[in-house]
Amino acid sequence: MAGATRKDTDGLNAAAAVKDAILAGVIALGIFGPLVGLKSEQNMRNELVLTTRWGLVAIIVGIVIVGRFLLTTVIWPTLRARKMRDKPAPTAAQIARRSAIAKWFPSTSLVFLFLYPAIVVSLVGFQGSLKWVDNFGIQILIYVMLGWGLNIVVGLAGLLDLGYVAFYAVGAYSYALLSIHFGLSFWLLLPLAGILAALWGIMLGFPVLRLRGDYLAIVTLAFGEIIRLVLINFRELTNGSAGISSIPKITLFGIPFDASPNGFAKMFGLPLSSAYYKIFLYYLILLLALLTAYVTIRLRRLPVGRAWEALREDEIACRSLGINTTNTKLTAFALGAMFGGFAGSFFAARQGFVSPESFVFMESAVIVAIVVLGGMGSMIGVALAAVAMIGGTEMLRELDFLKAVFGNNFDPDQFRMLFFGLAMVLVMIWKPRGFVGAREPTVFLAERKSISSSLVKEGHG
Amino acid sequence: MSELSGTPLLQVEGAKTYYGKIQALKGVDVVVHPGEIVTLIGANGAGKSTLMMTICGNPRAREGRILFEGRDITNLPTHEIARLRIAQSPEGRRIFPRMTVFENLQMGAAIDNLAYFDEDVERMFTLFPRLKERIAQRGGTLSGGEQQMLAIARALMARPKLLMLDEPSLGLAPLIVKQIFDAIAELNRKEGLTVFLVEQNAYHALKLAHRGYVLVNGSVTMSGPGRELLEKPEIRAAYLEGGAH
Repeated sequence: MAGATRKDTDGLNAAAAVKDAILAGVIALGIFGPLVGLKSEQNMRNELVLTTRWGLVAIIVGIVIVGRFLLTTVIWPTLRARKMRDKPAPTAAQIARRSAIAKWFPSTSLVFLFLYPAIVVSLVGFQGSLKWVDNFGIQILIYVMLGWGLNIVVGLAGLLDLGYVAFYAVGAYSYALLSIHFGLSFWLLLPLAGILAALWGIMLGFPVLRLRGDYLAIVTLAFGEIIRLVLINFRELTNGSAGISSIPKITLFGIPFDASPNGFAKMFGLPLSSAYYKIFLYYLILLLALLTAYVTIRLRRLPVGRAWEALREDEIACRSLGINTTNTKLTAFALGAMFGGFAGSFFAARQGFVSPESFVFMESAVIVAIVVLGGMGSMIGVALAAVAMIGGTEMLRELDFLKAVFGNNFDPDQFRMLFFGLAMVLVMIWKPRGFVGAREPTVFLAERKSISSSLVKEGHG
Repeated sequence: MSELSGTPLLQVEGAKTYYGKIQALKGVDVVVHPGEIVTLIGANGAGKSTLMMTICGNPRAREGRILFEGRDITNLPTHEIARLRIAQSPEGRRIFPRMTVFENLQMGAAIDNLAYFDEDVERMFTLFPRLKERIAQRGGTLSGGEQQMLAIARALMARPKLLMLDEPSLGLAPLIVKQIFDAIAELNRKEGLTVFLVEQNAYHALKLAHRGYVLVNGSVTMSGPGRELLEKPEIRAAYLEGGAH
């Protein structure tokens, strides 16, 4: 609708828009000309030499001119028109379509997730599948699981936890240390790591019981940092920042994934490939994530889950209804931490190496961002946000063509935080409640009425 | 009704409550007998809500005692007090805004783990038919009057021995206030529910209540049967003149 039709209606404005765009270009030239166009470099004799980059300036100014022109002619009028137009009430067909999507999306995506490795293998072969199953599939699913785990604490119970990565670290180090020193198998250590992480969750829970909101956030943040610093400095146990390497792999009911005669490939007479292990890991993390989802969905319908949500809404009201808020908070912390611990032990087994580097605050921030972007409390939303954030980051690695534009030194990966931030800002402007903002009731009655979140005050919907 | 015998349901004896150094209650004595509606009236900042919250143990009385059915509950945790079947509709209603009406009612029945839920929820819908229409709606989308009804219904879901209401008429249209007060009177008449009502709307409250207390600056200055208090010139001057709608 932008092209021809718009020119007719805005014919008069086109000249003004061009003028405006050129003016913006001049301003951009004024700013970026000296900033970008001139660069001082030291030569061999330690002299400063002025080099120029007029080509780059031209590109930037060009982008500004085109962008400004598009803004004034297309984007702003469209937005304005959309705002002027009253949102028409959704027709019956639209509502039906929406509820059909809501009904079928989870099951279809589940089927897709289970077929995903097969689809990838059939498209790009076993060797080519490595990247897609490992970097995309497993990586995203780990964050889906972490997101769902943190969702219990942040999304359901409303306790802002900025140190969630600590439990991930506890799980990872539990598996790493216990499997190396005691030779215990993954299947034994997985629940153990979960229990240990849950204990740490309770340990964090006790001192912060009285805190809420910002204060809670700061203490949990500090807790995350304490765990990381302990991992760095407790060298005798954790080998400090050098980390722990050669952590045993996971076996499939005792069948190892290696080249040995009783390994997986030999046993089934398949050609040797590391892809089997990756696909196995993919299904393992998928099942772990689904376990998290299943437990959360079930708990939401039980008294404890309802109490979490009520706690998020109003702590004082909860207490006056006879709910023990102490226990409610502790169960939320413990359960959230337990799933973090599961994910951590999986992470350690998958990497074969853990170091404190993997458990920095940035990780916590990413997980919180996933929960917030997804829409606090929504399982589907959190999963979509994890796909967008982690998948998006991985996609950035693929953007090699940008090197043609910005030169060979350009590493798109370094800009990922910039894109992250931009994406967060945009999502928060357009969907302030996250991807899936409306809370699903836990009890469905005969007839469901949908109420648009726009009718409800912010934070009160 | 002061001649009622037997153990009172609720006894507040010389309760003194502080917010930091500021004393909000200066030794308050209140008695509520089973089957009574007792109201506490007073101006803004007199300590009405503080007294109600003190009974619930948040904040605690620094001096004095609070007895429920003869048992000292002064130092019980708030949720334990609620489990003795003292239900409250707190100031500002405090319903759960993102949860549906149905879920809000479920939370009210939490102490019995929904044992009598189906039966009680029907009773609530007879009492407040409006809530039935709104059953699947989220609490935050209800009107003020509906939210107040929900807050009372949620408190009643706990099958309370004592129902405490903090300013149920606040910010509501007179017609809705009448509906809510009628519902309270009906509950008291039919089921013998004991009600402790904190109100600024002195006229309605005193008309409804068997007995009333007047709280001024953290102390009870007057008490007696509701109708008698309503006739007193001091009360008319301080709380009613021009205020009795």
